[in-house]
Amino acid sequence: MGNVPSAVKHCLSYQQLLREHLWIGDSVAGAFEPAQESSQPSGLPEYVKIVEVGPRDGLQNEKIIVPTDIKIEFINQLSQTGLPVIEVTSFVSSRWIPQMADHTEVMKGIRQYPGIRYPVLTPNLQGFHRAVAAGATEISVFGAASEPFSKKNINCAIEESMEKFEEVVKSARHMNIPTRGYVSCALGCPYEGNITPQKVTEVSKRLYGMGCYEISLGDTIGVGTPGSMKRMLESVMKEIPPRALAVHCHDTYGQALANILTALQMGINVVDSAVSGLGGCPYAKGASGNVATEDLIYMLNGLGVKTGVNLYKVMEAGDFICKAVNKTTNSKVAQASFNA
Amino acid sequence: MKIKLIDMLSEAGLPVIEATSFVSPKWVPQMADHAEVMKGIQKFPGISYPVLTPNFKGFQAAVAAGAKEVAVFGAASELFSKKNINCSIDESVQRFDEILKAARAASIPVRGYVSCVLGCPYEGKISPAKVAEVAKKMYSVGCYEISLGDTIGVGTPGTMKDMLSAVMHEVPVAALAVHCHDTYGQALANTLMALQMGVSVVDSSVAGLGGCPYAHGASGNLATEDLVYMLAGLGVHTGVNLQKLLEAGAFICQALNRRTSSKVAQATCKL
Repeated sequence: MGNVPSAVKHCLSYQQLLREHLWIGDSVAGAFEPAQESSQPSGLPEYVKIVEVGPRDGLQNEKIIVPTDIKIEFINQLSQTGLPVIEVTSFVSSRWIPQMADHTEVMKGIRQYPGIRYPVLTPNLQGFHRAVAAGATEISVFGAASEPFSKKNINCAIEESMEKFEEVVKSARHMNIPTRGYVSCALGCPYEGNITPQKVTEVSKRLYGMGCYEISLGDTIGVGTPGSMKRMLESVMKEIPPRALAVHCHDTYGQALANILTALQMGINVVDSAVSGLGGCPYAKGASGNVATEDLIYMLNGLGVKTGVNLYKVMEAGDFICKAVNKTTNSKVAQASFNA
Repeated sequence: MKIKLIDMLSEAGLPVIEATSFVSPKWVPQMADHAEVMKGIQKFPGISYPVLTPNFKGFQAAVAAGAKEVAVFGAASELFSKKNINCSIDESVQRFDEILKAARAASIPVRGYVSCVLGCPYEGKISPAKVAEVAKKMYSVGCYEISLGDTIGVGTPGTMKDMLSAVMHEVPVAALAVHCHDTYGQALANTLMALQMGVSVVDSSVAGLGGCPYAHGASGNLATEDLVYMLAGLGVHTGVNLQKLLEAGAFICQALNRRTSSKVAQATCKL
């Protein structure tokens, strides 16, 4: 489009424009949570709670085993960005997930800022007890909307897994520990292919009924599109109120932000993401995984939706962890900003 | 290789393929072979092969080389217009008028592009009213379609909505297209918003070809494969064969020795 100098990045107007979009807002550790149901004239929520899953879901899918002290520093940096929820680690057997072998050290080592929540995954009662002993005050359980996926991923059928989770959630309730429920393969399964919205609803309802305060619906392999997202949410929202729902979109096919926008338009106001889009996809070699927190925040800022998160600080944490795992960021915002 | 790429894209069923630009090679060396490319490509029936013609001289050269559709490039920002095509917006519209008159006489449709519709690297914020004004001018001088471009990819679904609302007061939505850049990862979400508002023409680039001259290392165009994936999932008909499109993308990436910017291509490619 013509011979244009690339020195425009120094142009004040461009910087001003970016500032408005990137919004170096005040980071509020212990972010406020205004009335859950309030929405803007545009039909979008006024506030979106971002659940940062980089340290767990992200690192879990990275090949390089990250040293414990780096994980701790990473999480401490994230704690200073204003992110209200940071998923720390997974109390799963190190035989299955070597990256999470240091779960206890990480949990004990991080600084727990007041107002920020640090949930951990607990696949079973044993993991739950270890998590509590290590100082966890919130946990998550991971179900699936697909039988073959459940069997391959956690070694048991959906029904069996629900029974295990009931045990965990019961114990957690006795100790006043909230539990978040995840439903994988909500928009498609690498083994089964299509997943019906009804199945997702059934599993979600089960988790919600046993006491999970929030259900995160995951497009595990990123195959969903705004149409399938809409149909799935319409079904689930008949049984579970939108304020108890979250979406966890993978960006394997580049659809994540479009899918998230659709979910927001339908009244969802909790979104999972991973800084730098950490984590690949174990089902599609070379493909990307989680949606990047930076790109999500950029969109929300542009939409006038509050998050309480300081984008620049998130980018810094992203830069830190990318150097540690020796990879380039998957965040387009970071790519555009750091090289500009 | 350019000719092969275009032929492969034609086989993929894309209805419109922008072939080249009849601009001086002094400005855009990559397009220096415009005449050879235009003459060399296979013109499939039912597919349009528009070319950029920044001025009357370019238009004449394009027609001589066999072009049956042309495009002109305006901007919603005065500064961008001056820096990019060396004249003010009004001056540029006058130039286009010349081209349009000649094009009409030769029964050649003209597409109008408006750059910087959601932000400008020089001016910063761009008002929706300004975009509407420029789009209206270009439509009124005879462009059959106006492609609204988020040139630096800074837009988000909210600014897309506001801009389109303003433009749709002046130009019928059937004559509008969106051209989103993915520099900040927002392209598909912005495109979705445009579709929700009634726009049914979308520009994209196979493999997300082209970076961003304003942000070194950043990506540029929305990848056609990712767009087609979304539309297919939405049940929207495009007539495009995704498999053949992926092949065209793989071909050009290999030729350019670069990695694809399309996530769909990355996911389906077994490394």
